Parts: sequence; structure tokens; C-alpha cells
Amino acid sequence: MLNMVPSAFKIIRDENKCIQCKVCVKQCANLVHYYDEEKDIVRADDTKCVCCHRCVVLCPTKALTIINYPLDYRQNANWTKNYMDDIYRQAQSGGVLLASMGNPKPFPVYWDKMLLNASQVTNPSIDPLREPMETKVLIGRKPEKLEYDKKGKLATKMPPQVELKIPIMFSAMSYGSISRNAHESLARAAEELGICYNTGEGGLNKDFYKYGKNTIVQVASGRFGVYKDYLNAGAAVEIKIGQGAKPGIGGHLPGEKVDEDVSGTRMIPLGSDAISPAPHHDIYSIEDLRQLIFSLKEATAYKKPIFVKIAAVHNSAAIASGIARAGADAIVIDGFRGGTGAAPARIRDNVGIPIELALASIDQRLREEGIRNEVSLIAAGSIRNSADVIKAVALGADAVYIASAALIAMGCHMCHSCSVGKCNWGIATQVPELVRRLNPDIMYKRLVNLVSAWNHEIQEILGGMGINAIDSLRGNKLMLRGIDLNEKELEVLGIKHAGE
Amino acid sequence: MKTIDALGVKYKELNEIIDETIHIDENITLNNIFGQRYVGRILPSNVKLTINGTPGNDMAAYMSGAEIEVFGNAQDGVGNTMNNGKIIIHGNCGDTAGYAMRGGAIYIEGNAGYRIGIHMKEYKEMKPLIMIGGKAGDFLGEYMAGGAIILLGLGLKKGEDLTGKYCGTGMHGGKIYLAKKAQEFNLGKEAVKVKLDDDDKAFLKKHLDEYAKYFKKDLSAVKIESFVKYAAVNKNPYKNIYHKL
Repeated sequence: MLNMVPSAFKIIRDENKCIQCKVCVKQCANLVHYYDEEKDIVRADDTKCVCCHRCVVLCPTKALTIINYPLDYRQNANWTKNYMDDIYRQAQSGGVLLASMGNPKPFPVYWDKMLLNASQVTNPSIDPLREPMETKVLIGRKPEKLEYDKKGKLATKMPPQVELKIPIMFSAMSYGSISRNAHESLARAAEELGICYNTGEGGLNKDFYKYGKNTIVQVASGRFGVYKDYLNAGAAVEIKIGQGAKPGIGGHLPGEKVDEDVSGTRMIPLGSDAISPAPHHDIYSIEDLRQLIFSLKEATAYKKPIFVKIAAVHNSAAIASGIARAGADAIVIDGFRGGTGAAPARIRDNVGIPIELALASIDQRLREEGIRNEVSLIAAGSIRNSADVIKAVALGADAVYIASAALIAMGCHMCHSCSVGKCNWGIATQVPELVRRLNPDIMYKRLVNLVSAWNHEIQEILGGMGINAIDSLRGNKLMLRGIDLNEKELEVLGIKHAGE
Repeated sequence: MKTIDALGVKYKELNEIIDETIHIDENITLNNIFGQRYVGRILPSNVKLTINGTPGNDMAAYMSGAEIEVFGNAQDGVGNTMNNGKIIIHGNCGDTAGYAMRGGAIYIEGNAGYRIGIHMKEYKEMKPLIMIGGKAGDFLGEYMAGGAIILLGLGLKKGEDLTGKYCGTGMHGGKIYLAKKAQEFNLGKEAVKVKLDDDDKAFLKKHLDEYAKYFKKDLSAVKIESFVKYAAVNKNPYKNIYHKL
């Protein structure tokens, strides 16, 4: 059938710079570049380009430029190119449009509409380069009060906690959706940083058990690779109920990505689809969730905090209250801009709400109900820099999860093509020659660099506020002011407008 | 053989007592069990529990090789995400038995509830089995990815189907053996009827003998030839529903 979708990108090769070295030909798994022997020139098939920049970055003479395909449609504010192209695609294939990474639509980004405070004259600012600045956090249920014996020793039994040197973790990405080398990079970086990475729902490879104390193991509806040793391997167990990129639907790792090693890690047959049903079929209520939480506590001798991850949806605050009461030690809220290896485009782009609003309303609700101490809150869903981290903490988060940012640190250029499985950067692929391109020795260092840099920035910002511990910023909404927000938005965020 | 009286003992305490007892004696009888959850969770091989009473939800969750025999009915979530071991229930059981189980076997003398064997898997030599003497509720073997379910349908009323609706829906692995043909409308669209081969017959014979032995039943009226086998249409059922952007 005639493909009516025009190219998305156009490749411009500067013939004065190109030396026909064919690096681009070798590097492109999408087979965009090819060598024309007869004319001794390298050519490109624009239609196959996903704009991942692999060729642009590796071209030794910087001869390549990629631009949006310059093709105008008759102007129409309603029928835009994207919506028309989608119709051409679906009319051709009859398929559900499958997208990757986070929601790219121009919805408001509330992080960018909040401004931070700093000390002037009173409550002097602190210079973190010369004074101690605490960014360590403990994730887990906190007792209502602390009691001490006569000798001044703590008598209250502390529920299990996960200690993070920096309030940032690497969010759940399964082995299968990303490569083994990407997983190894995350695990090693987490270990060096004193934080945690998350296995995602694809089990834990035997070779990575050694990073256990820096690992959060996930239990999702498919229960892949879940058994006694797995549950006890990590620092905490996370029940995945939902994901910001695709609230209300399950996951589906296609069989072609289930190679020998992925099959062993997930403990499923080679080449079999790994289907995660939309719900956990043993959870239809908060009471049922409690049952799963306590089955995991029973399986881990009550030594591991149990996280429950939900997508940010309309009634998140009430659900979070239920999760806290169900016995969870931490709640992860994943906003609608969170990434994914694959999600139906219509769901990714239209379902869920921004993390900023969900986080603020959940923190507020739990405070009103007097149960905020019973759970830690972890915010996820497109935390892009250290300022986003600071703002999340001020809105009530104990820590944040980052995933897209971590992938970008490893080379991801946000081409939104993870589901195809031909990631030229060796991240979202199981093709051995592509996976080999991602060197864990280098990539783990880039992750360490990124998070360390953010930590320095967090310390600088805290110091500027006259605060010397991140715990003092948590839920401190006076440190935030809104800009260009209406009264309702300010009310939900629980912050004042700039100038107030 | 150690005996534990579970009357009025909360599940957390009871499971701790069991954990301590298995170091002394791996053969334990639990009396007066009445709804305590998670009995037998993660227990390893060589442990044998005999349960008199009605164990609560998630019995044998994540179990790693132990053997449990229940003299009574079991509730929901028997063998949830079970890795290995054997469960024999002298009675009926509730919903979602064998959810995501990866290995071991569950034998249920009577009827079973909804979503039995949902997302059962298999991995290499681990091939889980659920065998049900009576009938099963809706969604038997939903999302099934491996292992086997055998449904005998003993004691059915005239005209009654042995399985509920959507049997094998979303199935992408494993096998479901029904002692007689299910109504066409009760089958999920991902399950198809396949011919019984000699391996299937030997497999059925073996487990019918086990069932007869465990529950002291005469199964001479159950004819292996009349079994109907259902399997997944293919192991990648949703491959063609997407258009990758």
C-alpha cells in the first residue's frame, strides 16, 4: 500500500566536508546511510531517519546536519501535520499507534512556572563549599514519635529505611526494555553515588545481585523473575501499579527482545512475549493491595520497605491516602510526562496529570489526614535538572526518580523510537552489536558525573535559602512562588504568586 | 512431626513460629487454621505442612519447594507467584490460585474460583501444573504463558460446563486440558483446540493417577481419549496490533 507519510527528517551532507569514511553507514541501524560505489559518494534515505544524532555525533568531519523535513501543508490550525500523518499511518496499517519516551505535547510544565526563594539580609545564606550541607534522606515509614530509654538510647523500633546519600534514584527500566550494559551502568553508578537504581519489572540478572544494597526490585502484574531471592536481593521492593506514560494499561515486551539472557532474567521461555496485564489480578481494592504489600513484607521478613508506584491521575490524593493506610512505606507518583519504552501514543499523550499538581495535592492530603509521616513520597515523571529536584522536594517529595535524564546522560537523543529496538546508542535494544556500543565503564561515570553535579547545585540552592539540610526543605512551600499561574493552579500547588 | 495449634494466632506470629519450627522438624501439622494469611510463604524444599482447617489468602505465596496438604477448603491466591513445591487441597479453592506460578503443582479436589492459573509461566525445566477435580470459574488460564492446567469436571450437573467464560483468553503459552469439550462461547479467542498426542496422554495418565492417589478417588470413568487440549494460537499474540511511530 502506498505510504502517504512524508519523511520526518531531511539529512544534509556537506559534500565539501564528507570524506566517504562510511562511519555513518556503519553506525546507523536504521540503514539510512549507504555508499554508492559507482559514484563514490555516501547517500542517505531520509525516510528511515529517526533523528537520533548517532551519525551526526560520530561523523569525524561534522559533515552531517539533520533538519525537520521542510514540507509545508496547507495551513490549518486544526488539521496539523502530526494528526494527518497519524491518520495516514493508521489507514495504512490498522494499528494502534505505539510511541516511546515521554509525552511531547506542549502542556504546561509547572516546574518552569515556579521560582525559588533565597535569603537576603536575614537568615543568612550558607556557602556549601565551606560548611556542611546534608542531602542524605531516609526513605521509609517514620514513627509518629520517638521514645528513648533512661540512658537516652532510642527505644522506638524504626521501620525499615533505605538510605540515599542524594535524594535522587534511577527509575524503573526493565532489562529487556533497556540493554544489559545500560543496566550495568545504572547499577554501578547507583553504588558509587550511594543511591538506588530500580530493576523495573523484568527481574534481576544474576550478575547484578552484587549491587543489591543499591537496588530497588520491582514487582509488577507480570511478576517476571519474582521469587524469594529476588525479593530479598534489593534494598526495597516496589509494587508497580501504574506508570505515568501509560496509566491504566499494562506492558508488553515483544518476544523478539526476549533473548537467552532476558529470558533467564525474567524466567520465561525464550522468544515468548512478556505481557504484563493492566491490573494485578490479585488487587481490585485497597484491601487487596494491603494483602500484596504484606505478602511481600512476609517474604522479606519485614526488613525491606515496600514502595507502591502509581501513575498521577485525577484522584491520586485519595488513592495515596489508601496506599499509606494499606501499609506501604513509600509512594511513588509518576507524572504524565514520564518516559516509556513503548506506550500507545494516544494514552501517553492524553492520560494522567502533571507530577507537580499530583505531588502537591498528595502531600497536602496526607498532611490533612495526619498520616504524612507514615510514607515517604517519591516524585517521578520528567525531572530534568537539579532545580526540578529542589522544587519537587519543596512541594513535598522525599526523593525523586530520574530515568529519561539518566538515559540522556548515556547518549539518548530522545528520538522516541525505543520500541523499534534498534537504538543506535545501545540503550533501548537487545541487538548484541548495538548493545556493545554502550560501554558501562564510561557510561556509569557519566551518570555519576550528572548526579554529582546536580547534588552540588542542590547544595548551592539550599545554601542560598539559608537551609543546611534537604529535610528542612521538604514540603516547605514558602520557598516557592508561582509565575504566570491562575488562582486555581496556585491553590492546588499550595503556593503563593510571585510578589505576594 | 510437630503440631502447632493455630487457634487465635495472628498470621505474622504463626508464620514466625513455622519458620522457627522448621529448624527443629520439617514436618509440621497445623491445627485450627482459620483464615490466617500467607501460610507457607517462601518455604523451601523438604518442608511439609499438613493443614487442618481453612487457610487464608495467599497461602504458599512465593513458595520455594515446600509441600502443603490442606484438609479443608482454601481461600484466594493459593500459590501466588509460587516458584516450586506441591499443594494438595482436599476441598475447593477460591480465586486466582496459581497466579504467575512458575513451578510446582497444585491439586484441588473440588471446584476452583475465577482466574485460576492466570499468567502461569514456565522456565526451562520448571513447568507448573494446576489440576482441578471439579469445575473452574471464568478466566481460567488467562494470559497463560506456560505450564499446564487439567480440569476434570467431576460431579457436574447435566448441561453444566466445566469451565466459565473466557477460558484461555490472552493465552500465549502453556496447555489447558479439559476432560470434555468446553462450550465454544466460553473460550477466549487466543486459545485453540489442538490434537492430543502421545506425550499429552502420558502426561494426563500420570496426573490422573496422582489425583486418584491423593484424593482416593476412582477415576476409571474418566477417559483420557475424551480430553480436549487447548493451547495458545501463538506466543506473540499481540504482535500485529501496533503501528510503531
